[in-house]
Amino acid sequence: MSLTPQALTRLAVLGVLAVILQVAAVSQLTLFGTTADIVPLVVAAVGLLSGSVVGAVFGFGVGLFVDTALFQIMGLSSLVYLVVGYGSGRLRELRDPQAPIVPVIVGAVATAVATIGFGVMNFLLGMNAPVSFLLVRHILATIVLNALLALPLFALVRRWLLPVLPDDPRRRRRRAYTTGGLSPLSRA
Amino acid sequence: MYDKTIRRRRAVLALLVVSSLILVTAYFGESAGSPLHTVQRGIISIVSPIQEGAGRALKPFRDLFSWIGDTLDAKGELKEVRRERDAWKARAIALQAQERQNRQLRGLLGLDDSPSDVDDYGPVSARVIGRSSQLWYVQLVIDKGSSAGIRPDLPVVASDGTANGSGLVGKVEAVTRGSSIVRLITDREMAVAARNVGGTASGDLMPKAGDPRLLTLEYAEKDAAVSVGDPIVTAGTVSSRKDLRSLYPPDIPIGRVTRIEDPGSETQQILVKPYVNLRRVEFVRVLTRPYAESE
Repeated sequence: MSLTPQALTRLAVLGVLAVILQVAAVSQLTLFGTTADIVPLVVAAVGLLSGSVVGAVFGFGVGLFVDTALFQIMGLSSLVYLVVGYGSGRLRELRDPQAPIVPVIVGAVATAVATIGFGVMNFLLGMNAPVSFLLVRHILATIVLNALLALPLFALVRRWLLPVLPDDPRRRRRRAYTTGGLSPLSRA
Repeated sequence: MYDKTIRRRRAVLALLVVSSLILVTAYFGESAGSPLHTVQRGIISIVSPIQEGAGRALKPFRDLFSWIGDTLDAKGELKEVRRERDAWKARAIALQAQERQNRQLRGLLGLDDSPSDVDDYGPVSARVIGRSSQLWYVQLVIDKGSSAGIRPDLPVVASDGTANGSGLVGKVEAVTRGSSIVRLITDREMAVAARNVGGTASGDLMPKAGDPRLLTLEYAEKDAAVSVGDPIVTAGTVSSRKDLRSLYPPDIPIGRVTRIEDPGSETQQILVKPYVNLRRVEFVRVLTRPYAESE
């Protein structure tokens, strides 16, 4: 996906909306004793739809905005989310998975990477809290909750980015079946 | 072409990773008044009105979800709450007698002019307009800032709406003109000078490592007379030197002792559960004159 002004605008609006929605509403809803975190889901969806470079840049930008809006250590969320965006983008570039369950799995993995990534970074920065059963339970509950949200959120992100995507994913899927060209790199 | 794409991708990734690491390093070593913190405060002052608007617009959805969650929780909690009610009833009767005696003794000692509630500390009410959802950060964003007289390090109290859910929740971390960041007592960087209400055990109340919902009373004497169920309040240390006195006024409730591990030993751990369910706080009160009692 080339970063045209239109694509940049859509990505920026998406990032700001996701963070505002997360901070002002989603983080205040407790379900199964935990709260969902839609930010890694949105970053993963963008990576999965747009590729690794766009995913990484989007993750970095969104992370920076999260750190700023919540007065956190700047750069920490950027680092974690850029890994999420890049990873999901690479998955698309290397495998281009089309199964309907893919957003759910990618969402769960993205959440795990984000949550555990924050933990690791905090340990590296001097946090002395050992991993407890409660913490692990929280992380698992968040992953499950996010996995449930991943599919509708992925559909929303795809709908929003559809006008600026290089290929309609459904069209790409049809071509993949007929030509065997699965990776966008194979067309380069 | 293929190599160029790979090189470009790797260059972008490396640039972003290095930028993040530079930001983390620079931010970590900075003081509160440094450029990155100033930029953060500037952006928060722009974003907080948007957060506030979004928070108000999405309140019906939050309420709906809360209602569903509360209904499910309520059923499970009913039995426990009934047992607690009976215990508290018995305790309240005992306390009423003690209160009467206490009033008489305080009158005798001439100590009756101390503040009885937070109204004496210049409370400013504020609405919670955002909060961090990550386990590693425990902060609230509130809709009042320096224009309402709020400044860093002021104590923040709140109620979660339940019968005993009122008390200290944290302190002001950073302030912009129209909003503030509140660092909660469950944050790893927080420590509150506290004691049990009987004054027989005192120490620093800190988050329990590995369990963000519990606090531990550190540095309490090993033979301190403290028991499960004891209310824990702020110590409110007084000193003529401003840098030595506590940030918090005395006797603000914080939580109650739920468990004592290895009692009487050097490794004794007094575990305290905060009165306020920090996830349910919608409004807070910032105490703008925490030293009203000593002034």
